[in-house]
Amino acid sequence: MTVAPEKNELVVPEGHVKLVIDGIEVVAPKGELLIRTAERMGITIPRFCDHPLLDPAGACRQCLVEVEMGGRPMPKPQASCTITVADGMVVKTQVTSPVADKAQQGVMELLLINHPLDCPICDKGGECPLQNQALAHGRTDSRFVDRKRTFAKPIPISTQVLLDRERCVLCQRCTRFSAQIAGDPFIELLERGAQQQIGIAEEKPFQSYFSGNTIQICPVGALTSAAYRFRSRPFDLVSTPGVCEHCSSGCAERTDWRRGKVMRKLAANDPEVNEEWICDKGRFAFRYTGAADRVLRPMVRDKATGELKQASWTEALQVAAEALTKARGSAGVLTGGRLTLEDAYAYSKFARVALGTNDIDFRARPHSREEQEFLASTVVGTTPETGVTFTGIEAAPTVLCVAFEPEEEAPIVFLRLRKAARKGRTKVFHIGQWTSPAVEKTFGTLLATPPGGEAAAVDALSSHAPDVTEGLGKPGSVILVGERAAQVPGLFSALLRLSEQTGARIAWIPRRAGERGAVEVGALPTLLPGGRLVADAAARAEVEQAWGLEPGSLPDVPGRDTNGIIEAAANGELRALVVGGVDPYDLPDPQLALKALRTADFVLSLELRHSAVTEFADVVLPIAPSVEKAGTFLNWEGRRREFGTTLDGTGALPDCRVLDTLAVEMDADLFTQTPTAAAGDLARLGTTSTARAAAPTVESRQQSLPQSDGQALLATWRQLLDNGSLQEEEPHLAGTARRVVARLSEHTAEVLGVDKAETVRVSTDRGSVTVPFEYADLPDGVVWLPGNSGDVRVRRELGALHGSPVNVHPGGTE
Amino acid sequence: MSTVDPVTPVLTKRWLSPRSWSIQTYEQLEGYTALRKALTATPEQIVQVVKDSGLRGRGGAGFPSGLKWSFMPPNEDKPHYLVINADEGEPGTCKDIPLMMADPHSLIEGCVIASYAMRSHHCFIYVRGEVLHCIRRLNAAVKEAKAAGYLGENILGSGYDLEITVHAGAGAYICGEETALLDSLEGRRGQPRLKPPFPAAAGLYAAPTTVNNVETIASVPYIINGGSDWFRRMGTEKSPGPKIYSISGHVERPGQYEAPLGTTLRQLLEMAGGMKDGIPLKFWTPGGSSTPMFTAEHLDVPLDFEGAAEAGSMLGTTAVQVFNETVSVPWAVMKWTQFYKHESCGKCTPCREGTYWLVQILERMVDGNGTEEDIDTLLDVCDNVLGRSFCALGDGAVSPIQSGIKYFRDEFLALCQKNREKNRKPAMAGAN
Ligand SMILES: Cc1cc2nc3c(=O)[nH]c(=O)nc-3n(C[C@H](O)[C@H](O)[C@H](O)COP(=O)(O)O)c2cc1C
Ligand code: SF4
Ligand code: SF4
Ligand code: FES
Repeated sequence: MTVAPEKNELVVPEGHVKLVIDGIEVVAPKGELLIRTAERMGITIPRFCDHPLLDPAGACRQCLVEVEMGGRPMPKPQASCTITVADGMVVKTQVTSPVADKAQQGVMELLLINHPLDCPICDKGGECPLQNQALAHGRTDSRFVDRKRTFAKPIPISTQVLLDRERCVLCQRCTRFSAQIAGDPFIELLERGAQQQIGIAEEKPFQSYFSGNTIQICPVGALTSAAYRFRSRPFDLVSTPGVCEHCSSGCAERTDWRRGKVMRKLAANDPEVNEEWICDKGRFAFRYTGAADRVLRPMVRDKATGELKQASWTEALQVAAEALTKARGSAGVLTGGRLTLEDAYAYSKFARVALGTNDIDFRARPHSREEQEFLASTVVGTTPETGVTFTGIEAAPTVLCVAFEPEEEAPIVFLRLRKAARKGRTKVFHIGQWTSPAVEKTFGTLLATPPGGEAAAVDALSSHAPDVTEGLGKPGSVILVGERAAQVPGLFSALLRLSEQTGARIAWIPRRAGERGAVEVGALPTLLPGGRLVADAAARAEVEQAWGLEPGSLPDVPGRDTNGIIEAAANGELRALVVGGVDPYDLPDPQLALKALRTADFVLSLELRHSAVTEFADVVLPIAPSVEKAGTFLNWEGRRREFGTTLDGTGALPDCRVLDTLAVEMDADLFTQTPTAAAGDLARLGTTSTARAAAPTVESRQQSLPQSDGQALLATWRQLLDNGSLQEEEPHLAGTARRVVARLSEHTAEVLGVDKAETVRVSTDRGSVTVPFEYADLPDGVVWLPGNSGDVRVRRELGALHGSPVNVHPGGTE
Repeated sequence: MSTVDPVTPVLTKRWLSPRSWSIQTYEQLEGYTALRKALTATPEQIVQVVKDSGLRGRGGAGFPSGLKWSFMPPNEDKPHYLVINADEGEPGTCKDIPLMMADPHSLIEGCVIASYAMRSHHCFIYVRGEVLHCIRRLNAAVKEAKAAGYLGENILGSGYDLEITVHAGAGAYICGEETALLDSLEGRRGQPRLKPPFPAAAGLYAAPTTVNNVETIASVPYIINGGSDWFRRMGTEKSPGPKIYSISGHVERPGQYEAPLGTTLRQLLEMAGGMKDGIPLKFWTPGGSSTPMFTAEHLDVPLDFEGAAEAGSMLGTTAVQVFNETVSVPWAVMKWTQFYKHESCGKCTPCREGTYWLVQILERMVDGNGTEEDIDTLLDVCDNVLGRSFCALGDGAVSPIQSGIKYFRDEFLALCQKNREKNRKPAMAGAN
């Protein structure tokens, strides 16, 4: 008996179709573009305009293939980037079809007739899709003997992005990215035919926080960055995967460097997080590590001269250890919000084990006890498996942003929100003060409140805006809250009630890359690592056991928060301060912070660069920036974003190593000699089933407008590109920052008598700033200022917070 | 058949009447009677009559109009739009503008009937911006029709409302392509859109839209009055009805000649008084420069959609451009190609770069600096543009070149003479 030959019939699951590509049967999901199906099979069809994250354009015609439908060949070759798969389709790509091959070669030749062939001096040379595909699919020589099209080159379309029009293949990737993904349609196609070109409107530069992505996706060298142009050749560079150190999105990046110097950063592809995009801060702001004021050697303050002078590690560590040992039990630790998980863990353990204190806080910004309770009850321990995620935002029917300005504070969250909203499935609401660009670009609805009135607004949602609560009631809906919420009493509590009422989940999206991780490792006065409560004996016992400490040796009284530490140091209650990357001018009361630094007997600063803290420090220990160390950021989703060392052997040490050695000098063991060791030590703590913190229950307050003449309430938040110290040394990037203006309503301007003036002067008893203003739809009696842009440094000059009353007067002419 | 059957002029029958464009003249000559009749029928019934009549689009592609209308969704979840393509940009074409000048109400009556049939309450007439006089005339006609109750709210007491907006285009050939037209109408740069979605699903402002040519829509009132059988008595089986042929070039009396579809050039030349000064015919286009040229061999090709296609060209817009023996084919081809290069919208590579290249080769050849390889290159580049472009402009752009070389290769070869001689002698003493 013969065995019937086994039939290899492909099963076609529901929602799929079966087709044949180059003689091979394949099953593909309905609606998939042919070019992707082929790619999954390993058949690469050449392309220029196609990009998986952009709407299809069909413009370049490079991807033509032959298609047969229902047994009938289609009369013309089809663009495989625009045609979707269909059942019974028979496709022949360049691999099996001479027609497709000729069509592709033809298009390639046409693309090259006007291409300048300046590859040897072009930034893209060596990594250029046009170059690569011309080699793979093009003719060996050109039949074109006539005149090439030329343009003046290059033209700056912003301070950061330069355009060489003659290199452009007019694929529209850049314009489609700007219009579709970023929502900043400041570049457009102009003219027609062979004169068609990318351009900007007169006096309207390409101002977008995401402009660098166009450089990366340009399939030729038509778009280059002022910062990188002519700096290096791709084949001279070493590429190392990394994670962005700026915001809490935790974008995957690729860092290209040579000879110990970072030359550029690119977006890496991570579909769960940043897809293929990063913001311009993440891409361009990296030269701070080479700043002239970088601290490279340990320094000790000379008793005689009062000046810092270089010292050996041994000396500096000894001085610090001695002083801190003396101050044990009377020292506070301020870590700043930019540490890796491993480094933050080292601070957390250092405070408890070496200093015997719970006086530790990562929050180098306005904060509150309510926030601390919220973090301890609701945020700590969440992971992408249990909490809100980027993809969760994309799938959410309704998103409510509260005290959170996504484009400024977490730009990749903004892109996801926009993507979700653009598809029309997600409705976005913002509780804020004015219709900011992000509100517009997320097709959002603004629910305007006076600054400080957000909590009351949340409480009133079900009566005043039932569509919001109804929307939040749909499964999968989310509430996003930002760092500003800590300045609004009752807001976290109100949001928890709203979440309870609607079922929508809350995500906390801080601005800085290290904040979420710092919560997790207990860099807070009430928390030990893993959300364990300082006040809970069982929790302490777990930690003591894991750390190999005597039972009962961990301090059991919750410590002071940042404000408490500053106050205590300023009035002499705390004798020593250990300060990580903290800028006193970010703190709620910079004057008091400076006083604290001045008053404390001993200040240890672990710093990258000289700062307002090192000015007062008795010992300064240099630490490594993120490119010079390995580590993990926990992004806002609670997702681990691990990265290795990019620049090896610079001699710079991570904070965890410095603290470990210091602790040894103080007779304590941290086991955090390396980031890996620190991570291992942290992992040994495992998860806990000890009690969790109770949620905050703070009453929300109705915000009342200031009654006296010439006063307004201040609304303020920071812009993505501003005076932040990690953006220094980047003039091209700085040129794309938003204009520094105050905003207020026309009515408010009239009432305050500033409507005829060109600028406003905003003042408090601390000081004043004078700045041009624009009208926006703010509630009456409110003025908005950027947090730290140009001369407007709200905390430093005004000592004011979001919701503070300020005086507003005409500022005269600029 | 050497002479044309005397056709009752249909589309042009009022053109010679005094003040033919006024509503009075129109009404005296059956005007708006079709509308009254149409409003008593259901939209579906009208679509069916148009389907039965076999009317095909007069904008160039010849798509069956009734079928196109039936693609419009039956519901009114979104507004529906009828857009009249009055861009008339195809070189040689001169029928829509004369029609709108001489008999604007026939278009307006057609618009009301067609809009009613497609449940549209807003119709746009997109007129090329250069023809201000025509735009004025249309606007005046819209006003008249409105005053007389043929337009606006509750038309003739039927409860049906329609607004007509006359829109001045911004002067680009590509804006005659229907999706580029829609972009232009929306205030954007006119470039063709990716299809699907087709306009019937998402056209103007992403709402269901039908785009029809002026002559197509102006034919509708006659179909409603005369019935589909009457309409089919003219023309041929698959291309029924009357058609306005615009005849230009070396004929005694250039102009618009209405004749049933399927009429031959021989017959048309007779109507137009024959070749000018008796100089023999050399080449001609059946439907504008985008349709491959014909020669004197093709005098008896029936000019309907099938006849023109069988003979290797297309009916296009029935823009018959006639050239006598004094005209150099390469020169004419160069001029046409310059037009396409100028009008290419730039969106896709083959058309944008191809026309840029083709023009340079042709200019060089006409200057006497061609080589035989240039002819091969021309044909090969054409092959790389035809059917590879995003829209039909690119296809049209290569028609003159391919057909010109097909029928008149000798003339192109003659332009290579100088280089051939040059190559025979060594360029420099001793260089060989
Ligand atoms: C480049 C190009 C130009 C065109 N110009 C016109 C035009 O000027 N007028 C016109 O009616 N159709 C023009 N068309 C055809 C239209 O795209 C469309 O097919 C027509 O308006 C449909 O109307 P119909 O079905 O009534 O013919 C053009 C097409 C192309 C590709
Ligand atoms: S600049 Fe680059 S991305 Fe933009 S259209 Fe030109 S080739 Fe494409
Ligand atoms: S063929 Fe291409 S470049 Fe030419 S008009 Fe059409 S879309 Fe534009
Ligand atoms: S990649 Fe398909 S047309 Fe450009």
